[in-house]
Amino acid sequence: MFGEYSLADLSSIFVMQGFAGLILFSVYVLMALGLAIIFGQMGVINMAHGEFMILGAYVTYLCSGFFQTHLPSLFGAYFFIAMALAFLASGALGMLVEWALIRHLYKRPLDTLLATWGLSLILQQAYRSIFGPREVGVELPSWMMGSIPVTDSIEVQINGLFVIAVTTVITLGVALLIYRSRFGAQIRAVMSNRPMAGAVGIDTEKVDRYTFGLGCGIAGIAGSAFTMIGSTGPTSGQLYIVDTFLIVVFGGAASLLGTIASAFSISQTQSTLEFFLSGSMAKVLTLLAVVGILMLRPQGLFTLKVRR
Amino acid sequence: MTSPIQSLSKAVTVNDNPFMKPMEWVSLALLAGVVLVVLPLALDGFRLNLVGKYLTYAFVALGLVICWGYAGILSLGQGVFFGLGGYCMAMYLKLEASSVENTKIQSTPGIPDFMDWNQITAIPWFWQPFKSLPLTLLLVVAVPVAFAFLISVAMFKRRVGGTYFAIITQAIAAILTILIVGQQGYTGGINGITDLRTLHGWDIRTDSAKVILYFVNGGLLIGCILMAQYVKRSKLGRILVAMREKEDRVRFSGYSVAGFKVFAFCLAAAFAAVGGAMFTLQVGFMSPSFVGIVPSIEMVIYAAVGGRLSLFGAVWGTLLVNYAKTSFSESFPDLWLFGLGALFIAVVLAFPNGLAGLWREHVEPRLFRKAKGLTPTPTPVLPAHGAPAE
Repeated sequence: MFGEYSLADLSSIFVMQGFAGLILFSVYVLMALGLAIIFGQMGVINMAHGEFMILGAYVTYLCSGFFQTHLPSLFGAYFFIAMALAFLASGALGMLVEWALIRHLYKRPLDTLLATWGLSLILQQAYRSIFGPREVGVELPSWMMGSIPVTDSIEVQINGLFVIAVTTVITLGVALLIYRSRFGAQIRAVMSNRPMAGAVGIDTEKVDRYTFGLGCGIAGIAGSAFTMIGSTGPTSGQLYIVDTFLIVVFGGAASLLGTIASAFSISQTQSTLEFFLSGSMAKVLTLLAVVGILMLRPQGLFTLKVRR
Repeated sequence: MTSPIQSLSKAVTVNDNPFMKPMEWVSLALLAGVVLVVLPLALDGFRLNLVGKYLTYAFVALGLVICWGYAGILSLGQGVFFGLGGYCMAMYLKLEASSVENTKIQSTPGIPDFMDWNQITAIPWFWQPFKSLPLTLLLVVAVPVAFAFLISVAMFKRRVGGTYFAIITQAIAAILTILIVGQQGYTGGINGITDLRTLHGWDIRTDSAKVILYFVNGGLLIGCILMAQYVKRSKLGRILVAMREKEDRVRFSGYSVAGFKVFAFCLAAAFAAVGGAMFTLQVGFMSPSFVGIVPSIEMVIYAAVGGRLSLFGAVWGTLLVNYAKTSFSESFPDLWLFGLGALFIAVVLAFPNGLAGLWREHVEPRLFRKAKGLTPTPTPVLPAHGAPAE
C-alpha cells in the first residue's frame, strides 16, 4: 500500500491529508459541540440537529446575497455578521422547539428521538420549498480564497484555516461559558440534580430552554462555517447526523474534552484512509471501528466520575 | 399520572392467561378477512401487488411491537434486517436469472450482469450458498438473526440500552448502506439487485404468480402475528414488559435481562427478514434504499401509528401510513414530508399508543359498554415508557 511512494511523498501526503482532516475535524467539532450540550448535558436526542445546522448555512447564503447586492463595500466582513445571525436564527428556532415540543418529552428520550425526526422532515421540506431542491453555495470574499504554500509539495487553503480558527474560538468560548460563567454553573447544576437546583432558586425550565437554544445556535454557526468548504442542500444536514451522534457517544457524553478528542480521532482516521481507499470504504472502516470500540467500551473515551 | 401506555399494559396483567382474548380473535378474523378475502376481491392486480408490498413492511412493524413496545428496545436499524433478508432472496433469484444462456452477451457468461460490468469474473464466495434454494430459505432468516444476535449480545451484555442502542443501530444501518453502495461489483451498488425472473423455475413476474405470492405473504404475516401473540402471552412476554418498566428489579429477581433482550431483538430481526424476502419476491428487486436510516426510522413510525403495543394495530398502521404515502405523494409530493413529519410529532405528543390506543380508549368502551369482562380493571401505575441509557 505504501510501496509506490517515496518517504518525502508519504510525509507530504500525511500532512495534506492531516490538514484536510483538520477541516473535517473543525466542522465535526462545531456540530458535535452543540449536540454534546443537548445530548450530553440534557439527555435529549435531537435528530433535527443537522437541520439546525443547515438553517445556519442558509442564513449565511442569504447574507452573502444581501451583501453582494446592497453592501458590496462591506462584503469582506459579511461572514462575521452572517455567523452571528446564524447563531441567533438557529438559537431562536431551538428555543421555540424546546418550548413547543421538547419540554413535554424530557421523561421519554426515545419518543424525543421520533418527534425530532419528524421535525427534521418538516424542516427539510420547508427548506426545499423555500430555497429549492438544488444545492446552493456562497460567494467567498476574495481574502478567503487561494492557499498558502508551506513547502514545495504542501499548501494550505485559507478558507480551511479560517474554519479552524473559528472552531478554536467557538470551542474556547463554549468551554468558558460552561465551566466559568454563572449561566454555565446553572446549566451544570440543573443537569446533575434537577430538583436540588430548583430548590436553590434556579429557574430550571428557563435554563433548559436556553441550553437547548445554545446548542442549536452553535449548530447554526457550524452550518455557517460549513458553507465555506461545501455547498448546502435541503438534506445536507442528514448526512452528518449519524457521524455527529457517534462522535458525541464515542467521546463519552457530557464530556466536552471527550467530544473534541473523538472528533479529532474520527476525522483524522477518515481523511487518512480516504487517500488510500475509496471514500466509501474509508467511511465504512472508520464507522465500524467506532461502533466496535463502543461495543467494547460503551461509556466512550472520557467519562465523568459521578455518583448515580 | 396515568398515560395511555399504562392503561394498555393491562393487556398483559390479566390473571387467567388464555392464548387470545375474545376481542383479539375478532381482530384476527377481521384482519385475516380483509387481507385474504376483501382486498384480493376488491383490488386489481397492480393495487393488490402494492398492498402486498405494504404488508411486507408490516412484518417489520410486528417485530418492532415486540422489540420496542414490549421489551422497550428501540431499534433504528430494522431496515438492516429487512434488507439482509431481501438481499439473501435477491441473490438466489439473481443467480438463477444469470444462467449461461441468459447472459451470453457478457464477457463472462453465467455471472450477474453488474459483476460483469465491474470486471469481476467469478462468483464471489459469499454468493456461493445462494445457488441452492433450501439453503437460501434458511439463510434468509439465519443471516439477519445471526447479525442481530452479534449486535445485541455485544450491546446488552454490557448493559447498553435505550438511546445508545438506538444510535448504534442507526449507525449500523448507515454503515451497511454505504458498504452496499460502495461495493458495486459484489452488491449491485445503488441500483441494487434488479431484473429478477424466476424462483426455482417458476416465473415470479406473471400476474398469477403475483397473486399467489400475495397470499403466501398474507399467510406468513398471520403466522408471524400468531407467533408474536404467543410470545406476548407467554411468561416471556410478561418478563419483557417487566424489564421495560423496571429493568433492575427483573435483574435482581434473578433473570438474565440481556438474554431476554437478545431474544426480543432477534425475533424482531427474523420477522423483518421474512418481510424483506417477501418484498424481493413480490416487487422483483432489492436496493440499498430499503436498508438505510430513512426507511428504518419510517418503519418505526408504522408501528407507532398503529400502536406500539398492538400487533394488529401495527399491521393496520403500516397499511394506513403507506396508503397515505402513496396517495399523497402521487397528488401533493411537497405536502407528504410535512404530513409525515407532523405524524411523527403527533403520534408522540398526542396519541402515544397509536390507532390501537385510540380504539381501545374511545371506540371499544362505547361499543361494548355492557359486555362483561371488557371493563378496565385498575392497574398499578408504572413509570413512563423508555428505558434509561446504560
